[in-house]
Amino acid sequence: MACSKVTHKRKMKLINTVELALHGLGTKPSRTFLTLLGIAIGVAAVIAIASLGAGTRGLIIAEISGLGADVIAVQPGRPPTGLADIGSVFYAETLTQKDIDAVLRKENVPHAVNAQPFVLVPGAVTYGNETYYPQIIGGGAEFYRDVFDVYPEEGVMYGDSDTNEKAAVAVIGYKVNKELFGQSSGLNEKITISGKKFKVVGVLPKLGQVAFAEVDEMVMIPHTTAMTYLLGQTHFNEFIVQVDDPANVARTELDIEATLRDTHDLEPGEENDFAIRTPSQLMEQVDTILLSLTIFLSAVVAIALVVGGIGIMNIMLVSVTERTREIGLRKAVGATNGDILTQFLLEAMLLTMLGGAFGILVGGAFAYLAGVLINTYTQLEWTFALPYEAVLGALLFTMFIGLVFGIYPARKASRKSPMEALRYE
Amino acid sequence: MSPLIEAIDLTKSYDDGTRALRGASFTVQEGEFVAIMGPSGSGKSTLLHILGFLDPQSSGTFRFRGKTLNEMSHEEIARVRNEELGFVFQQFNLLPRQTVLSNVILPMYYSSVPKREWEERARTAVEQVDLTHRIDHEAFTLSGGEKQRVAIARALVNNPNLIFADEPTGNLDTKSGKAVMDILKSLHEQGHTVILITHDMEIAKHAKRMLYIRDGMLESDTQT
Repeated sequence: MACSKVTHKRKMKLINTVELALHGLGTKPSRTFLTLLGIAIGVAAVIAIASLGAGTRGLIIAEISGLGADVIAVQPGRPPTGLADIGSVFYAETLTQKDIDAVLRKENVPHAVNAQPFVLVPGAVTYGNETYYPQIIGGGAEFYRDVFDVYPEEGVMYGDSDTNEKAAVAVIGYKVNKELFGQSSGLNEKITISGKKFKVVGVLPKLGQVAFAEVDEMVMIPHTTAMTYLLGQTHFNEFIVQVDDPANVARTELDIEATLRDTHDLEPGEENDFAIRTPSQLMEQVDTILLSLTIFLSAVVAIALVVGGIGIMNIMLVSVTERTREIGLRKAVGATNGDILTQFLLEAMLLTMLGGAFGILVGGAFAYLAGVLINTYTQLEWTFALPYEAVLGALLFTMFIGLVFGIYPARKASRKSPMEALRYE
Repeated sequence: MSPLIEAIDLTKSYDDGTRALRGASFTVQEGEFVAIMGPSGSGKSTLLHILGFLDPQSSGTFRFRGKTLNEMSHEEIARVRNEELGFVFQQFNLLPRQTVLSNVILPMYYSSVPKREWEERARTAVEQVDLTHRIDHEAFTLSGGEKQRVAIARALVNNPNLIFADEPTGNLDTKSGKAVMDILKSLHEQGHTVILITHDMEIAKHAKRMLYIRDGMLESDTQT
């Protein structure tokens, strides 16, 4: 019976080692769970951030595509350098009717078909004893209808003739109507803005957000009327240029820039005193903001994961010491240093990856719940998204953490002398 | 053909200055049943560690099938431990929270035995030590005699040439000890080489040959 035998390749199969490692984790379930919790919390945070970021992006994309692909917005002042800088844009006074006239000349901007200025009017609207503070915008109602697909429920959107005549007409949003007139319609009633009476010619249905504006809380009056009677100003807060074809947007952007630099007498090398924004540019800005936010939060989470990894290393060292006799025995029955190293390393990596998987579930569930709450309590149409890059990245990163923090305890285990390990009490 | 084990003038000193072995020379042929006898502290356990590739000697030559430790790679040594040697320890050294079956399967993890044969081979080994009725019990629930029989099954499962038994009955009552010795004897009859380490003359009598160690030196080598 004790005969010589053939030695095949005697490499331990990975699947067997995985089984061993799983068994090792299974013998101390509560310790395993607490240890992987450190990783799981970090990963849950990453996944929640990534999912909420993707959801936010989805919302903003929906808004931006509502802007239409064929419009270009021009704002006064230099381009905003960030969120906090946007205020400075609205107080600049560099855009006037002269600019619009120049842009609408075919020889300057051949693909511009229309341009509409907008001004912001501060203050309240009153009707009888009711007062409400809406967002009052001076601009063309017909233009708004055509560009943003906003149609009145009752009445009409006033047109260019009203704008030219500086007519005292207004289109009001759903919530404005409700605040001032209750259940009845305000159509053809007279509302007062800064002491001047306006006739309500159109009432909008409930729309929520359109192109970043809360349309339900909006009152729209002709910009000419607003500038002459309410504001006493000749500059605009923004104007929107409609381009004949979305394909010509990029070209037209350059044409507008050249035209405005000319009308503003800017020297070559001087910075623009206006900002041109296209929907795609807007998207880029949004992405930049979201990306920097994500990177910042991920860095914080990475630190948390490293702390979790140190916890893993600590527990693995304890485990290696506790299992000294087991290591000695395994070596006595034929385990190589490599077998032991692989077993303990895989155990650490499985621990972190289980933590990662658990974190993905928790983070995903959290983001999903947040989405449900957003849809329930706001008018936003939130779509739950779980970016697969984040899921994959989290799993790879936790694997990496397991590798980095598992290697030291695993090496320590593999180098134990079998005889000393067997004698260990 | 070279002997299974060839020991020439083996010594072993530990870091604390203890000289556990002071020159032991002997050979063991395949198929022998040898008892290494001696009072406690005589160096017999140290000798076993050297012969079992668990700890290297300080000087002298130890050849296994004609090869010294230095001529073997780390992987080769692990392979010898796995395929050619089986250990039965006084402390049993089972994995307490695992079943008898998994304890016996353990050496096959590191062997070339295909996984589908593991369970059957383990069951056969457990049958040989007459523990089939306990096969699914966790090791810590067994009595000392049963534990030692599991350890023997584990030592057998890869069908090694050489079985080392280090005071296998040291922690057992007389009856369990006898059962363990009967198994070792039958293994010898099946052709395995058995090296038994004990301080107990009654136990040593089961072997065919006795090496008596005292103060780290081989005092006598007798056939019984």
